[in-house]
Amino acid sequence: MLSIKENQPVEFSSELFAQFGEIVGRYPEGKQKSALLPILHLVQAEYGWLSTDAMDKVAAYLGIKPIEVYEVATFYTMYFLEPRGKYTLEVCRTGPCCLVGAERIMTHIEKKLGVKENEVTPDGLFSWRGVECLAACGYGPVLQIGPEYTFYENLTEESVDQLIETLRNKAQHEA
Amino acid sequence: MAEEEVKFKVTIDGIPVEVAPGTTILNAARQIGGDIVPPAMCYYSKLEGSGGKCRTCLVKVAKGSEKDPRPMPKLVASCRTTVMDGMEVHNITSPEVIEARRGVVEFLLINHPLDCPVCDQAGECKLQDLSYEHGLEQTRFEFSKRTFERIDIGGKIQLHMNRCILCYRCVYVANQLTDNREHGIIGRGIHSEISTYIEKALDSDFIGNVIDVCPVGALTDRTFRFKNRVWFTKPVNAHRDCPTCSGKVTLWYKGEDVLRVTGRKDEFGEVEEFICDTCRFETKSTADWILEEPAPIDHESVIAANHYYEFNLPPVIQENKKLQLANEEQLARTERLK
Amino acid sequence: MGRKLLLEHINVPGIQTFEVYRQKGGYRAVEKALKSMSPDDVVEEVKKSGLRGRGGAGFPTGMKWSFLAKPEGVPRYLVCNGDESEPGTFKDRYLMTHIPHALIEGMIVSSYALGANTSYIYVRGEMMPQIRILEKAIAEAKAAGFLGKDILGTGYDLELYVQPGGGAYICGEETALLESLEGKRGNPRIKPPFPAVAGLYGCPTVVNNVESIAATVPIVNDGGEEYAKIGIERSTGTKLISASGNINKPGVYEIELGVPVEEFIYSDEYCGGIANGKRLKALVAGGSSVPILPANLISTTIKGEPRLMTYESLADGGFQTGTMMGSGGFIVFDEDQCIVRNTWNFTRFYSHESCGQCSPCREGTGWMENVLYNIETGQGSMEDIDLLWDIQRNIEGNTICPLGDAAAWPVAAAIRHFRDEFEWHITHRDESQQRNYGLAHYADPLEYA
Repeated sequence: MLSIKENQPVEFSSELFAQFGEIVGRYPEGKQKSALLPILHLVQAEYGWLSTDAMDKVAAYLGIKPIEVYEVATFYTMYFLEPRGKYTLEVCRTGPCCLVGAERIMTHIEKKLGVKENEVTPDGLFSWRGVECLAACGYGPVLQIGPEYTFYENLTEESVDQLIETLRNKAQHEA
Repeated sequence: MAEEEVKFKVTIDGIPVEVAPGTTILNAARQIGGDIVPPAMCYYSKLEGSGGKCRTCLVKVAKGSEKDPRPMPKLVASCRTTVMDGMEVHNITSPEVIEARRGVVEFLLINHPLDCPVCDQAGECKLQDLSYEHGLEQTRFEFSKRTFERIDIGGKIQLHMNRCILCYRCVYVANQLTDNREHGIIGRGIHSEISTYIEKALDSDFIGNVIDVCPVGALTDRTFRFKNRVWFTKPVNAHRDCPTCSGKVTLWYKGEDVLRVTGRKDEFGEVEEFICDTCRFETKSTADWILEEPAPIDHESVIAANHYYEFNLPPVIQENKKLQLANEEQLARTERLK
Repeated sequence: MGRKLLLEHINVPGIQTFEVYRQKGGYRAVEKALKSMSPDDVVEEVKKSGLRGRGGAGFPTGMKWSFLAKPEGVPRYLVCNGDESEPGTFKDRYLMTHIPHALIEGMIVSSYALGANTSYIYVRGEMMPQIRILEKAIAEAKAAGFLGKDILGTGYDLELYVQPGGGAYICGEETALLESLEGKRGNPRIKPPFPAVAGLYGCPTVVNNVESIAATVPIVNDGGEEYAKIGIERSTGTKLISASGNINKPGVYEIELGVPVEEFIYSDEYCGGIANGKRLKALVAGGSSVPILPANLISTTIKGEPRLMTYESLADGGFQTGTMMGSGGFIVFDEDQCIVRNTWNFTRFYSHESCGQCSPCREGTGWMENVLYNIETGQGSMEDIDLLWDIQRNIEGNTICPLGDAAAWPVAAAIRHFRDEFEWHITHRDESQQRNYGLAHYADPLEYA
């Protein structure tokens, strides 16, 4: 069962609102609810996850009921309803990737990061999870990292180590 | 001469009926009535868009229409499939349908807690009826059931998500009878649940109707919780002059007390008119109401068993003093009814 | 070498850009259709081509188009289905990444044929990079006058938008996709009405796969009859095949329909044979939902005829001894792979992706997953195999949308062809756990159940 433990008050910037407006303009008048999925992606890219407050504000912007946003956000797997690591490694766990070692890669990531699926490392940098088919079966094992959803293909234990190192350095430089 | 109204001829399990174009197979069957009416757990004629989800009303279309007699390739949901002229439908005469329905009932039950002994819905539960008619005697499901916490959504309504079969009727009620839907279906697949997401009380003049439309004991009346088994209470139709709704209700009596108030239900278990929350929750004194008559109850219903029929003395009781003593109460009531 | 219609210029440097794509003859189909053909002419050519929907169902595209209702004063929509998520399928990602203008050009031609003035390309949200690529391609095409108002001075207006999904396989089902595009949960709609009558926003709508739409470009350029000359019988034209699994050269290949399956697996032009010198054990020919084939039914049909990459030949023998073309997700299993584990994996996928609307799919897929998990981890019993068979049979055909069938078929086929392997898992509990199938458990598996 879903239990929402955290909330985070947000104030959308005028830039974000401008992007919302551009998206709403893609649909016929009165059909602004169509903008919901793309807008939730933008909000998640901005804050890292979707807090109840953020969703309520999206609902208010689109003129729909908050429950309509919750219904959608909990249906689709890309939306995070709780805070995650700065980088969430999403490894494909479906058949074709498993034929070429995806499960081995996940075991390795679990050991390397020292946290279980969906948990966040103490430094707040990483979390990981298995996700269903990413439509890259010929290049497996694969993983992706949001919010740009950059793709890393033909993974090996070594390439995963390297990736984690690179991300860690990148985060240090940004800090 | 007035133009003659177009009617479609349909046969369901060999019984012919003429219905208006646009009628669904299920409603055509309801016009015939009796055993050939497919069971419906999610369809509700008064809720637009409902139906198609539970799959208990699947039927076989053996002949599509007079024009195109080909059978339909798969079983179809009778609640959402409209009739064509000359259509031939098989329901209880099709072994395929019976088998599919048994499968659906099994699916509906694998995660259901089967807690009928402590469920307020017992006795008027559609899932109980369905399992009795189509279910297996034993479960083949050997895993832990999915469970949820029981929650109060608002002061008057309790949600037992464990019992829910996800018919979506309560969502349609909130959408169509209230102006602010606060609950919905969240999550996906086996993890779908009825929820407000964050703790919130459902509050609206008509939200109590979610209790009446719920086919199982997932949404129950907190003001009636554990007060009594429904088959010990006595339904009486009554009305009052209500500013919000029609005020036509059924009062459920135990002795002098009104234990609960519900909408009046027809033979298919649907309320005739939706009632407001004031009528349902706030007016529980006989003085509030003008009584009409005992509510008609299907004689096969467990609710009928205790009230409108004499306690039929099995021969063994007639000869056994001990048993007579044990059944004293029923015997006394039978005496009163005579 | 077979003819390439979609991927001919895939290796040309810069083909992602409008400029290079145009130099290579791109957007000729738009010029030809808008300037010299009526919308009905285009529909007619697509009908003549025999093109069948490339998303999986294989329904003739021209026929689908001709069903589109055309009431006065109501907008019509074309929606491109780029929600590619069927395990084993990655051709649309490939096409959108490397030659995005092929899709944009196809969208313009197809929208014109259907009389749509606003069209959407629904791309699964995980493909954010591809969404950016398409958005850039749209901007380029618009700047060059191929999109927007009065395209090429012909008076035809078209706006094209890319819509991201949110992570849900079910949105590949066309009515679920429309729900999602309307900003709702991806619950498939109960049909009828079909999208051709009441689709997006209740208006007549056609939903086509990325590859189908891209295929309209060569059809308009060369004519439907020319396209139909490629392939065999009712399997006309070329098809993108996504090859994955234990092969030497996984990747996306454009084939002329009719290539022998054996050639496709072993020829260096395509998969290049089984990796690491292993033997072939099984094949899933059209994406995870189609029945798996054991080695003896791959190269030849039960009648002993060579099996070809066509809709008909792959389906030869029905579900007893055949399979389906599906979306062209070609997954090859070598001798080390465990069918039980793979079946469990696929079933977990379907259970995870079930929308939860109808009871057989919601409850049945999860139940099958549990039973399969027990068998795979050495906790199963012989009755479990029969139980699985019963569950899949009770799901198949009884659900709102084809996801139920897609979940049932792989289980049925695995039991049909590999029952001995299921039994072995039950009779050799310990050995089945120790044997290395190349599928190591990645986390404490008990936690999952």
